[in-house]
Amino acid sequence: MNRTRLVGGLVALALAAALGACSTRGGMDGGAAGRAGAGAGYGDAAGGRHGARAAGYGQDAAGAAPRPSQTVILFGYDSDDVLPQYQPVVAAHADYLASHPGESAVLEGHADERGSPEYNVALGERRARSVLKSLRLQGAGDEQLRLLSYGEEKPAVAGHDESAWQQNRRVEIVYTGP
Amino acid sequence: MIRFPSIPPWLPGLLALLAVTARAELTVDITQGVEGALPIAIVPFGQTEPAGDNLAQIIAADLESSGRFTPMPAAQLPERPVPPGAVNFPLWQSAGQEHIVVGRVTPGSAGAPFEAEYVLYDAIRGSQLLAERVAFKAADARRAAHRIADRIYQQLTGERGVFATRITYVTASGSGKSRTYRLYVADADGQDAREVISSPEPLMSPAWSPDGKRIAYVSFEEHAAAVFVQDLATGGRRKVSATPGINGAPAWSPDGAMLALTLSKDGNPDIYTLDLVSGALRRLTQDDAIETEPGFAPDGRSLVVTSDRGGKPQLYRLPVGGGEPQRLTFDGDYNARGQFSPDGRSLILVHGDGGAFRIARLDLGTRELIPLTKGRLDASPSFAPNGRVVLYTRKESGSDQLATVTIDGRRHRALPAKAGDVRGAAWSP
Repeated sequence: MNRTRLVGGLVALALAAALGACSTRGGMDGGAAGRAGAGAGYGDAAGGRHGARAAGYGQDAAGAAPRPSQTVILFGYDSDDVLPQYQPVVAAHADYLASHPGESAVLEGHADERGSPEYNVALGERRARSVLKSLRLQGAGDEQLRLLSYGEEKPAVAGHDESAWQQNRRVEIVYTGP
Repeated sequence: MIRFPSIPPWLPGLLALLAVTARAELTVDITQGVEGALPIAIVPFGQTEPAGDNLAQIIAADLESSGRFTPMPAAQLPERPVPPGAVNFPLWQSAGQEHIVVGRVTPGSAGAPFEAEYVLYDAIRGSQLLAERVAFKAADARRAAHRIADRIYQQLTGERGVFATRITYVTASGSGKSRTYRLYVADADGQDAREVISSPEPLMSPAWSPDGKRIAYVSFEEHAAAVFVQDLATGGRRKVSATPGINGAPAWSPDGAMLALTLSKDGNPDIYTLDLVSGALRRLTQDDAIETEPGFAPDGRSLVVTSDRGGKPQLYRLPVGGGEPQRLTFDGDYNARGQFSPDGRSLILVHGDGGAFRIARLDLGTRELIPLTKGRLDASPSFAPNGRVVLYTRKESGSDQLATVTIDGRRHRALPAKAGDVRGAAWSP
């Protein structure tokens, strides 16, 4: 278990390093995704977390990572790739889940309204699964996570244009508590 | 990694302009629909009761929506005979009418207080083609008119009329915590909508049983997807599928014994059949791609499904008994939600083309793909049981969201729907 966590921590570290390289690329899928990723300031949290890990694999509850405040991850059109600006967000959730084995979360997948509603349910699930794989890889436990795709049925933003659509292509990480 | 270019500032304006242009073209289409349709005159019925629309008006609107008839505008009728009064046939011949319907509503019996009596004449020969009486209650006046329209349609085209059938659809209204989803059943012309069920969580994908008595649908009421089958007469319902992950896209087998479903319990969305009596599940696809939106062929031996095994969503024919899926669509990079026509010779589907999603028909003989609508966000196409008209949903701001189009793409009709975002439309058997 500790070994898995250590590997997870190293992956997170590598991702955090990759973030620095990615941050200049930007411009993916309009501006909103970039803004949302940059606004949360996970750089500091990541630093603190790795410190805690090095000291004792996050076993100390007081030193464990806090529950991340950013819970929405946006996606490109017809894509389930976790964009570089969201990888630190996913890493922070993975770390929180890994350090709080009693916590659990539902990964709610969503799609924009274009195309066929049932295909969009499948697309939403594929996005949620993509986040799930990434969380697992970074130390979150199988039993802590559940997938739920709503497709286009629960838009975050009403409207029939790209500015609404890019907010609606998302995965929401909803904690269901210990 | 796929990269997406940022949106240029002029694009939203261009899209808005395109949307306006598309709407203008739609209006032109409605006028073109008149061509090739049979002229018919529906004379206002002698009717003081029940209050509400004259039956003739409902019958005329029904016949017009089929694309097969052009009812004479009421203002141009050369005379307004009411049975048992005589009809002046030469007058109608010189007005260019080949068929005339006259009728009246008289008191009926205690059980059905009204009786509609109508006659369909061949105006050229001066002969009666139909002379019938339909008993009804005041609340069923529209339904009586639809039944008369069905009889006239069948008499003159030799095909089944679908005006007395029904439709189902889902609305979503409100936002955030006050968002409500409602499933309705309405008459085929959108009137008399009745709520079947409502929920604070999404309702999706209603599908009629072949006997028209039950509806299968997806509900998220337990914060997970589940498929229910609900009896329309009693309101009683049964949860038939609630596996981990997706439980979606229910489709009835032609004999009503099975549902085809999309389940993701084994890792990703695949097609299964569920025996409604034994509960036995059978998996029909297994690969890493999305498979969803099954629809049975009329013979029950194959399904049309949406699959992105080739990278983009396309339609495939899948043998129910097992075997390799055969790809059916090749035009464009988005073809989804296929449904077989009642004769099995064509499919209706959602076709993505240059960012717009439209309803199209695929002729399975010629492989020709024929776009029928010009919207931007059209979805959920469903054949009328005679295969002549298609019900679908639209999402343009400010436009009616429920509509029909004839399979030649010529006659468009907006249907009234309950308030909210309309989704998941399906036409009854």
